[in-house]
Amino acid sequence: MLKDITIGQYYPGKSILHRLDPRMKMIMTFVFIVALFAASNKIGLAVGAFIVIIAYACAKIPLKFLMKSLKPIIPLVLITSVLNLFFLTEGNALFRFWIITVTTEGISFAVVMSVRIICLIAGTSLLTYTTTPIALTDAIEQLLAPLKKIKLPVHELAMMMTIAMRFIPTLIDETDKIMNAQKARGADLETGGPVKRVKALVPILIPLFVSAFRRADELAIAMECRCYQGGEGRTRMNHLKMKLIDLWAGLFILACLAGVVCINIFL
Amino acid sequence: MQESAILKTEDLKFRYNRGEEPADAPWKFVLDGISIEIERGSFVAVLGHNGSGKSTLAKHFNAILLPESGKVYVEDIDTADESRLFDIRRAVGMVFQNPDNQLVATVIEEDVAFAPENMGIESKEIRQRVDDALKSVGMYEYREQSPAQLSGGQKQRVAIAGIIAMRPDCIVMDEPTSMLDPRGRREVLGTIETLRGRYGITVVLITHYMNEAAMADRLLVMNEGKIILDGKPLEVFQNIDLIKSIGLDVPQSVELIHKLNREGLNLRTDILSADDCADAIAEYFLKNRPASGCKGAAYMRVLK
Amino acid sequence: MSLLKVENLSYSYNKGTSMEKNAVKNASFEIEQGDFIGIIGHTGSGKSTLIQHFNGLIRPDSGRIYINGEDIWASKERLHQIRFIVGLVFQYPEYQLFEETVYKDIAFGPGNMGLGKEEIDARVREAADFAGVHPEYLESSPFDLSGGQKRRAAIAGVIAMRPQILVLDEPAAGLDPHGRDRIFERIKNYHKKTGSTVVLVSHSMEDIARYAKKVLVMNQGGIETFDTVENVFSKAERLLEIGLEVPMITRVFMALRARGIDVPPDVYTVDYGRSEILKLLEREGIKHA
Repeated sequence: MLKDITIGQYYPGKSILHRLDPRMKMIMTFVFIVALFAASNKIGLAVGAFIVIIAYACAKIPLKFLMKSLKPIIPLVLITSVLNLFFLTEGNALFRFWIITVTTEGISFAVVMSVRIICLIAGTSLLTYTTTPIALTDAIEQLLAPLKKIKLPVHELAMMMTIAMRFIPTLIDETDKIMNAQKARGADLETGGPVKRVKALVPILIPLFVSAFRRADELAIAMECRCYQGGEGRTRMNHLKMKLIDLWAGLFILACLAGVVCINIFL
Repeated sequence: MQESAILKTEDLKFRYNRGEEPADAPWKFVLDGISIEIERGSFVAVLGHNGSGKSTLAKHFNAILLPESGKVYVEDIDTADESRLFDIRRAVGMVFQNPDNQLVATVIEEDVAFAPENMGIESKEIRQRVDDALKSVGMYEYREQSPAQLSGGQKQRVAIAGIIAMRPDCIVMDEPTSMLDPRGRREVLGTIETLRGRYGITVVLITHYMNEAAMADRLLVMNEGKIILDGKPLEVFQNIDLIKSIGLDVPQSVELIHKLNREGLNLRTDILSADDCADAIAEYFLKNRPASGCKGAAYMRVLK
Repeated sequence: MSLLKVENLSYSYNKGTSMEKNAVKNASFEIEQGDFIGIIGHTGSGKSTLIQHFNGLIRPDSGRIYINGEDIWASKERLHQIRFIVGLVFQYPEYQLFEETVYKDIAFGPGNMGLGKEEIDARVREAADFAGVHPEYLESSPFDLSGGQKRRAAIAGVIAMRPQILVLDEPAAGLDPHGRDRIFERIKNYHKKTGSTVVLVSHSMEDIARYAKKVLVMNQGGIETFDTVENVFSKAERLLEIGLEVPMITRVFMALRARGIDVPPDVYTVDYGRSEILKLLEREGIKHA
């Protein structure tokens, strides 16, 4: 059951999007988010939605995969839509019922907000779908490198991310095992009120923490034995390289942003 | 110092609890005066029960632990010399018990590249070392996968590749098979043989399995922080009673021969493998069969 | 009526995906009160999956499991009780310890059964004794114990439920020969004194040969054989074929037979082997001192 988490998953492929430099992809994602919020009217937003659709088609990611990651945000989308529908009462009243007034503006605003949220999630998910975790941390490390000047431990942060990602499946596995072992001793994890359920977690969380600390300890020694001394003097096997295609992709997303701004001004 | 010694300890003593010790019960030495030399290119197994000090000794070989008294030298470098730590770590690679807790990266080849990257090696050379190391442990096909999908034996082989990529002179393995199933154990032991053939690398294998210890050129048996037996596995295993008295086993072949000889047979004792053991018994039958024995023909096959 | 009856049990992982894997295929067998059973099989043969069916941690895709003649999946209340009748000790059970003291940890299972304080106390002490946890350790933290002690404390935690069947998955994994022998001697003693049923899952033929009376051999999710130790070992070649390791002594005797020496095929302990050789010397009229 714990193994069904899909957000942030990598979807292996060989498309243009997979091959782009992860740094460029991060920049593009950022620009895309800016454009999405800059778009103040429907046409601008339609451009945003259009980019998402094209990008997914390019990356050849199945709709089913996307739907899985959108599922958790459906309640959020519904709530914001409903709130917008009911509380935006100015404008052309479509119908009134008791204290509720639904206006055309309300409907259009609700649609705009929903499309925006969905585009935002779909667009940013695309980054993790098309980029391996390791490339992602490399990109973060390099993009944030200038911040080393102000003593931000950029390398350490990236290393922590890598290790976290490496150990998530291990710890999920371990949680399953510990849960089974405690169930075999008659631990009841499924029934009872909230207090009882939280209490029932103690026999699972304590062994999990103990084990995580033991692992951390052993890993630290193993890393030292492999000559790890922090980021200083460290080289990399795979270097990130910007290619011509990355430049074009960057120009494309900038053009989109410019387009959205123009639409805002002129339409 | 002996020319070819790659690792050397001189009256090494070590305790975990230091500081105030109660007058009536002084802290026990985990390592109690160990003096050994390990020859370059040799395969040495260290056998002992849990708590005999064998893992503590292993941790002295690349300065994870430093002696309380006495000396440890790695290629003539005193491990207490902090300025040479990097050279020591690069010369002696360590493989640990739990395969899960020594892999750092989410992609296998990135993990193998970890040590060379730390050493500041140029990327082309890293690529070459990584590919070479993965091929030598038979994990090259898996290079782009995540360690999470591997079996215990495969993970341990990746961990070994990660050490091989450092091109160390010596590899110390601290119970590398104790968490593995028989298949994983065979994989790891096979890998050790391959590495010895391919790189002529010095191997120190810490273990409590006799069959693994039997593979080595030289066997050290530890008990209570001391080395109590040191020699070729064949010779060491003759001390059946001593080995059993410290909670270890001997190979069943050796035990059988020993027990039969106690019954008054005089079988030769220079055997380890099941086949050698069967040969020794068959020879005995052949030699001692009554002149008129009709089964002589069958025994003859043994001596070919 | 048998204590545990498994009927046409099948189970697969990742159902409905391309990764679907048959873990247990159509297994049927019965275990009687007082049996000491060894389950053996290569990695991925379905041993661990099978034993998690015994106490209802896994629900079979098809087939039934009966304990004392009762289908364990008949009702939900019953299923909770089954956990106490079938005591399951997982691999590396020391990782399940969580309480402040060893005593409290051993008392966790009995506590979940809703027993009174005195009854719990009696069971904790009895279980600690069976598992070889020294009384003076009961008040210390389980995290301060040595590896072998931790393992025995964890086993005591299951024994304290007084299960009718005690199932242990690789109880000696990672221990040295001395630690291994100590745990097995404890289990054997527990079996002898309480007369309860023990199921031992292991990779090691040597351990199974030494302690179990009957052996269930699993291969690719199916049951290869379920027979006495002697009969199983007399087919050593077949065991090697399906990826199992037979004891070295068995291989010595296979090699002797291959050399035309007339020794029995089912030798699995050194002492048995020794007496067989001596018998043969006698038969052949070869004198020894």
